[in-house]
Amino acid sequence: MTTTTIAAPRSGPPRRGRTAGRSNYELYAWVFMRASGVLLLVLIFGHLFMNLIAGDGITAVDFGFVAGKWASPLWQVWDLLMLWLAMIHGTNGIRTIINDYAERTGTRVVLKTALYLAFTVTVVLGTLVIFTFDPCPAGAPADLLPSFCTV
Amino acid sequence: MPEAPAGTLYRGREGMWSWVAHRVTGFLIFFFLLVHVLDTALVRVSPEAYNAVIGTYKNPIMGIGEAGLVAAIVLHAFNGIRVMLVDFWSKGTRYHRVMLWVVVGLFVVTMAFFLPRHLGNVFGGE
Repeated sequence: MTTTTIAAPRSGPPRRGRTAGRSNYELYAWVFMRASGVLLLVLIFGHLFMNLIAGDGITAVDFGFVAGKWASPLWQVWDLLMLWLAMIHGTNGIRTIINDYAERTGTRVVLKTALYLAFTVTVVLGTLVIFTFDPCPAGAPADLLPSFCTV
Repeated sequence: MPEAPAGTLYRGREGMWSWVAHRVTGFLIFFFLLVHVLDTALVRVSPEAYNAVIGTYKNPIMGIGEAGLVAAIVLHAFNGIRVMLVDFWSKGTRYHRVMLWVVVGLFVVTMAFFLPRHLGNVFGGE
């Protein structure tokens, strides 16, 4: 005859995993949304003012306009910061929305994979464009180029 | 996880509706951002390609779309400041309703300044 031993309730070793592995990730995300939000307000309002309000607004935006802006390191850094902060801020916002509404694990995995893919492609593409931009491409009609491209 | 939540925490009124507006505007702005990086990337293809695409931003229908985009951004920005005040200001929760109406007021003033200017450019007046 064997006796079955049953451990007394709630007396086992401390559970690992769920509590032990908990990180402050969500806290940092929460702080980031607020810190980046303030910066983005300044960056995006400045961007909208320069591109939609100053001068002739949207009607003045063309290749020469963009080239003229990116000739200045200020606007390069401005747009680079805006790209990264807005993409991280927006991606984290969509991640929150997915977590809230996609109830099935599989759905969440698919949606978040698509989201992180879009994030990576957009940020890499945008960063490359800012750093490899050529304001005076060879062979382009001179009237489409900024005035400093005199050949 | 239940298919339909039993009972709800949504309480309606200013608190919930400003939260809904923040979500909807944020969601829309994000997808515009993806498109906007792609269209700007065309400067790397050729001046003609970029000018062709940015030209579509100047037609009246897109012009009205831009007005909507700016409205979404302005509301999201001002309401974001309100969210931070609710989080960090000791009296934030007490005044969150008043602050929403301040946000709406600032939004109306900003758009009253922006819309005539932008629509004037788009529709070629003055």
